[in-house]
Amino acid sequence: MKEVDARGLSCPEPIMLTAEALKSGNGPVKVLVSEPHQKTNVEKLVKDRGKKTKTKEIDTGFEIVIE
Amino acid sequence: MNLYDSRKKLAVAGVLCGAVAAVLAYFGNPANMAFCIACFVRDMAGSLGMHQAEVVQYARPEITGLVLGAFLISVATKEYRSTAGSSPMIRFILGMVIMIGSLVFLGCPLRMVIRMSAGDLNAWVALVGFILGVATGTFALKKGFSLGRSHDTGKESGAVLPILLVGVLVLGVMGLLKASEAGPGSMHAPIILSLIGGLVFGALAQKARMCFAGGIRDVILMKNFDLLTVIGGVFVVMLIFNLAMGKFVVGFDTPGIIAHSDHLWNILGMYAVGFAAVLAGGCPLRQLILAGQGSSDAAVTVLGLFVGAALCHNLGLASSGTALNAETNEVVAGAATPAGKTAVIICIVVCFIIAFTNKRENVK
Repeated sequence: MKEVDARGLSCPEPIMLTAEALKSGNGPVKVLVSEPHQKTNVEKLVKDRGKKTKTKEIDTGFEIVIE
Repeated sequence: MNLYDSRKKLAVAGVLCGAVAAVLAYFGNPANMAFCIACFVRDMAGSLGMHQAEVVQYARPEITGLVLGAFLISVATKEYRSTAGSSPMIRFILGMVIMIGSLVFLGCPLRMVIRMSAGDLNAWVALVGFILGVATGTFALKKGFSLGRSHDTGKESGAVLPILLVGVLVLGVMGLLKASEAGPGSMHAPIILSLIGGLVFGALAQKARMCFAGGIRDVILMKNFDLLTVIGGVFVVMLIFNLAMGKFVVGFDTPGIIAHSDHLWNILGMYAVGFAAVLAGGCPLRQLILAGQGSSDAAVTVLGLFVGAALCHNLGLASSGTALNAETNEVVAGAATPAGKTAVIICIVVCFIIAFTNKRENVK
């Protein structure tokens, strides 16, 4: 699975990196972010692209898997 | 509680923040400043004796309230996270740039919107510069700009700025700091009201992720209007307030609004602010909020704002506002100073160097 590690990066880098990853392939993507608002931003972006996400909290923030 | 999941809630948050600004203006804050972050940080720097401009010294409780409000709500909703380590010295410089650009224009992005709502055409001119600055920063982001990762630190580090600002407020209330006897620094709402206003504004801004640079950046970057909705709310409420109070006057050179009509320098001042704010990840308001929710990097940016404010008044970088001479009844035009113009040019050059030398591929 493709992985985007955006932990600790400032806005809007997490969504830019996620958008880039979605553009470059069709497979599932795992996105790691630190802050709750970044999690919401990534989820919103993915929803707008008509895809689904599964999110879980991890020690260092959130792990969002995009189907 | 999450205000960030629907545009309607974001608009309500904006309206509430606008209402706080209007109430504080009604009860004594300079009307078209109301809740200007740059002006209030500058006043606080003055109260601490960091500069000697006697008319702009006052430990504004709004600044303490904003940071403390963001701190308390983020702790309560488990969003507090003590972090640091994302190029702090570059953020310090960006904080200085944001303040210098703001004081050449005479206001932060929040005050620009408040001035726009009062019909001040200079603020609409400056908006052009602000949008261009945000666009330049966004271009740099697309080219791979990054200040690198922050990392978790001991919980205490993130609480330092909120605690320091509470200390400043307490010293101010005890009368141990400098306080203007005339000029904008002497105009303020009652302390308790200012503090409550700051706390409410800070909590709402934290939940709504309010950011004036981010609002425009998101539109340019991904046609997302969410953050702009919050700002729309602030604008509409302040517009209604100004209309109701008879303070809505369309024009340049309106005495009473602390502003000037050096169009080029209004544009370039706000260009520097927009550019630096995108590179720093948010406008001055957002930096205070991020500092409140535990980011030591944002706290360092805030320190840059304080030092920038001190430099502005110690070295004569801040512009003068158009005013009415009480004796002759003549309008005396305000202007950007030669030192201020030089400083803005240096600031813009510095932004370009920062924007195109810090690359994401270097981030580990």
